[in-house]
Amino acid sequence: MTAVSLPAAARLEPQTARRLLALIVAILVAVLFVAFQGQWTLPHDEEYPLFKSLNGLRDFVDQNRSVVDPIRIFIGTLVDFFVAIIAGLGWPGVLAVAGGLGLIFGGMRLATLSILGFASLGVLGLWDASMATLALILAAVVLALLIGIPLGILIGRSDRASAFVTPILDVMQIMPTFAYLAPMTLLFLIGSPSATIATLIYAIPPAIRITSLGIRGVGKETVEAAVSLGSTRWQVLTKVQVPLARRTIGIGINQTIMMALSMVVIAGLIGAPGLGRNILQALSKVDVGSAFDAGLAIVILAIVLDRLTDRAGEWMDPRSHREDEDQKRRRLLYGATFAAVAGAVILGRFLPDATKFPKDLTFSFREPVNAIVGWITDTFSGITLAIKGIFTDLVLNPLESILTTAPWWLVVAVIVLIAWYISGRRASVTAAICLGLVILLGLWNHAMATLATVLVATIITLVLGVGLGILTARNDRVRAALRPFLDMAQTMPAFVYLIPAIALFAPSRFTAIVAAVIYAVPPVIRLVDAGIRGVSTTAMEAATASGSTERQLLWNVQLPLSRRALQVASNQGIVLVLAMVVIGGLVGAGALGYDVVAGFAQGEDFGKGLAAGIAIVLLGIMLDRITHGAGGRRTTEVAEAG
Amino acid sequence: MNHKGMGRLLAGVVVIGLVLAACSSSAGGSTKPAGSAATGGATCTGSGDKGAVKLMINTWVGAQANVAVIECLLTQLGYKVATNTLAEEVAWPGFETGEVDVILENWGHPDLEKTYIKDKKVAQDAGPNGVTGKIGWYVPEWMVEKYPDILDGANLNKYADLFKTSESGGKGQFLGSDPTFVTNDEALVKNLGLNYKVVYSGSEAATITAFQQATKNKTPLIGYFYDPQWLLNTVKLKKVNLPAYTDGCDADPKKVACDYPPYTLNKIAATKFLAKDDAAAKLIKNFTWTNADQNLVSDDIANHNMTATDAAKKWLDAHQATWKAWMPAS
Repeated sequence: MTAVSLPAAARLEPQTARRLLALIVAILVAVLFVAFQGQWTLPHDEEYPLFKSLNGLRDFVDQNRSVVDPIRIFIGTLVDFFVAIIAGLGWPGVLAVAGGLGLIFGGMRLATLSILGFASLGVLGLWDASMATLALILAAVVLALLIGIPLGILIGRSDRASAFVTPILDVMQIMPTFAYLAPMTLLFLIGSPSATIATLIYAIPPAIRITSLGIRGVGKETVEAAVSLGSTRWQVLTKVQVPLARRTIGIGINQTIMMALSMVVIAGLIGAPGLGRNILQALSKVDVGSAFDAGLAIVILAIVLDRLTDRAGEWMDPRSHREDEDQKRRRLLYGATFAAVAGAVILGRFLPDATKFPKDLTFSFREPVNAIVGWITDTFSGITLAIKGIFTDLVLNPLESILTTAPWWLVVAVIVLIAWYISGRRASVTAAICLGLVILLGLWNHAMATLATVLVATIITLVLGVGLGILTARNDRVRAALRPFLDMAQTMPAFVYLIPAIALFAPSRFTAIVAAVIYAVPPVIRLVDAGIRGVSTTAMEAATASGSTERQLLWNVQLPLSRRALQVASNQGIVLVLAMVVIGGLVGAGALGYDVVAGFAQGEDFGKGLAAGIAIVLLGIMLDRITHGAGGRRTTEVAEAG
Repeated sequence: MNHKGMGRLLAGVVVIGLVLAACSSSAGGSTKPAGSAATGGATCTGSGDKGAVKLMINTWVGAQANVAVIECLLTQLGYKVATNTLAEEVAWPGFETGEVDVILENWGHPDLEKTYIKDKKVAQDAGPNGVTGKIGWYVPEWMVEKYPDILDGANLNKYADLFKTSESGGKGQFLGSDPTFVTNDEALVKNLGLNYKVVYSGSEAATITAFQQATKNKTPLIGYFYDPQWLLNTVKLKKVNLPAYTDGCDADPKKVACDYPPYTLNKIAATKFLAKDDAAAKLIKNFTWTNADQNLVSDDIANHNMTATDAAKKWLDAHQATWKAWMPAS
């Protein structure tokens, strides 16, 4: 949302004209705001008729349950299949498989990491819950890949299919799961199948998107060369595009798993066994330490699966295998892995019960964590509450009051103008449509309150993320030191740190902002870091040779050249902040997030909750399009300038 | 070629691994350690050959206490007990689909009762569980010492300034709670002419944390709370007196200007389950205890880090006369 500052000094004139125009518009807006403040507002109405009529959807679902029975049974069987495999392997077998995969994909270091990672799940006393979670995730990921990869290939090869599928993927990713969780259980009943499907809906978009990206990434020349050599479409696909896209598809698999892991707590809400249930039970006792143990198990699973699939992606890439690679050595590797797994399973049969990790080895962080959290909240809550108060009074409240008390048409006009200014006509049309639909949904007031919170959270996220991203890009040590914290912040379910956040900041919108920033900052840091590191060494060397200082290097070379990455980062920042709106509803932020939570909790509020979910999607699409367009436009400008 | 060979090998490894896994899977059986049966105490063990009973655990700790006690006794009667933790809204449809047999603590949900008891007839009221729910507006005890007349709802406007926060837009903040719960707070604020704004904490955990902090740091707080709740064993809260509840004064949710009614919490069971009229159904119907009983178990679970099973066992051993009266004559 920051104003565009053009790098090229050559175009001073049109720029001055534009600035002048912007100034006039700003004055006009201010005058209109003062003149009409408090009029044409759209206050929230709990009895808005649409909410009631959406309730009908719920009853419809309830009456048509039997239609989807086969799907439910199929998915249930798939989950049971993975549960049975894991139970059959027993804990020694699971450790051996993890180690073996690590050995094959990466080597000794990865193997050690996998074994230690899985063993620590048992040491935390959470073996059963972790394995239940793992089974559910495997089922969801297998389904996501079975459906997602072919679909991704399809939309990678057809622009029409892509135009049709992309908005659906947007909705799937931004729509808060809470909004459809209750009818989901009416349709697929309580338990694993519902949880798997909810996970699938959330986790499949990256599988599709990244696959299509990979297919599109295969150079036109390569494809044309294959065609001119007489390859059929099918041959081009199977012999050229898919093999060359394998590495990217690997990233897609990796992202799908990560997304699936972020649904563990949601799965617990609808009765699926696993770590989510532990976290929810700990929350009911306000026992941060126990929740932390379960959260840590999720983080460990995430790290191990992330590193494994990351290396697996490389391993799948045909280009990474040299022709002269030692076949014998590799055979030996597989033989050793096989022997280890078989040995572990056989060993497991001598144990009284191989599905239970030995109890005497367990260790819990519960007490130290509770002590530390207690100390932090006791010591700092005075300061943090003051920060919250000042920040809310100076930034959040004024912004929210402007958005909610200005006439609705003025807000719409300003947002449409901003969209047009940053990203062009298409984005402004999208913004107008989205805001119009929000008004029709009867949620204008709550949407504006949420928008204020989201904007503030996004700005904090970007300031922190870009700052830290620059720091890590320029300093390998900081980067290495930060990495585990970033992994943790991204994968630790927000439910775990909500209680200390509330203790520090009271139930408030600010607490929601804190949670959103923690969740959204890591990818922003990573993208900025990657962008700056991606600046070509030639450009850097040229600048250094011509006598640029470190500072000049950053501002004049690295940042301008990584603009595209910065844009993607801010776009991601916004989308991730939006994903936390519902969590905000759980910590006192009210507005759309609370509406969605209430819709899950009370049947009579279902319609309102669903409408609020749709409103969040609309806000998301609007903000996404506004910032997305900016990336494209700026790159061309940079290209022109360079 | 290289790649294909590898693929085959890996596939071979996986298949053989799975076969081995499947073999050992059938071999492993869970063996429960036998409970140390104190003389006449509850053993919480049994043959498990009398069929399954599915108990629903609501998300609060008191519900865990109910379920843990009944789970032990049902197991002892020879049933296999399956439990699941769910929000109420998600749980009730389970009566229809057969995934839930019993909810042991229901806080009056007229809409769900209408759908599943009256219309669909898949669930029935199985009688009170003996616990009385007291919903109301609560303040930390220290506030009563400092402001002795604060418990009179008529004085709340006098104190509105105390409760101002960054969220309440210049008015006093009333902390609303989890959307799962039955609430009239917004109507009450309006109809009693109070200068307050309801700010929803959004979750029970948020509300509990807020009251803990308000007690520890002596910061003013007024909000929705209820008894029985394990927190009340460690954090003392006092209920504010609103205009007394009279029958039907809450009939129109928009015009409510009276306190919450005392809730006689009841058990809800699936019609099919009760129709069997076996030992399990009889036990469920007989089960009734008190706020004090439930609080003992909840306190052990939430404040003393005991597992629900251990806490239930402790209570059962200490209250043999109570639970033996619930057991059906065999």
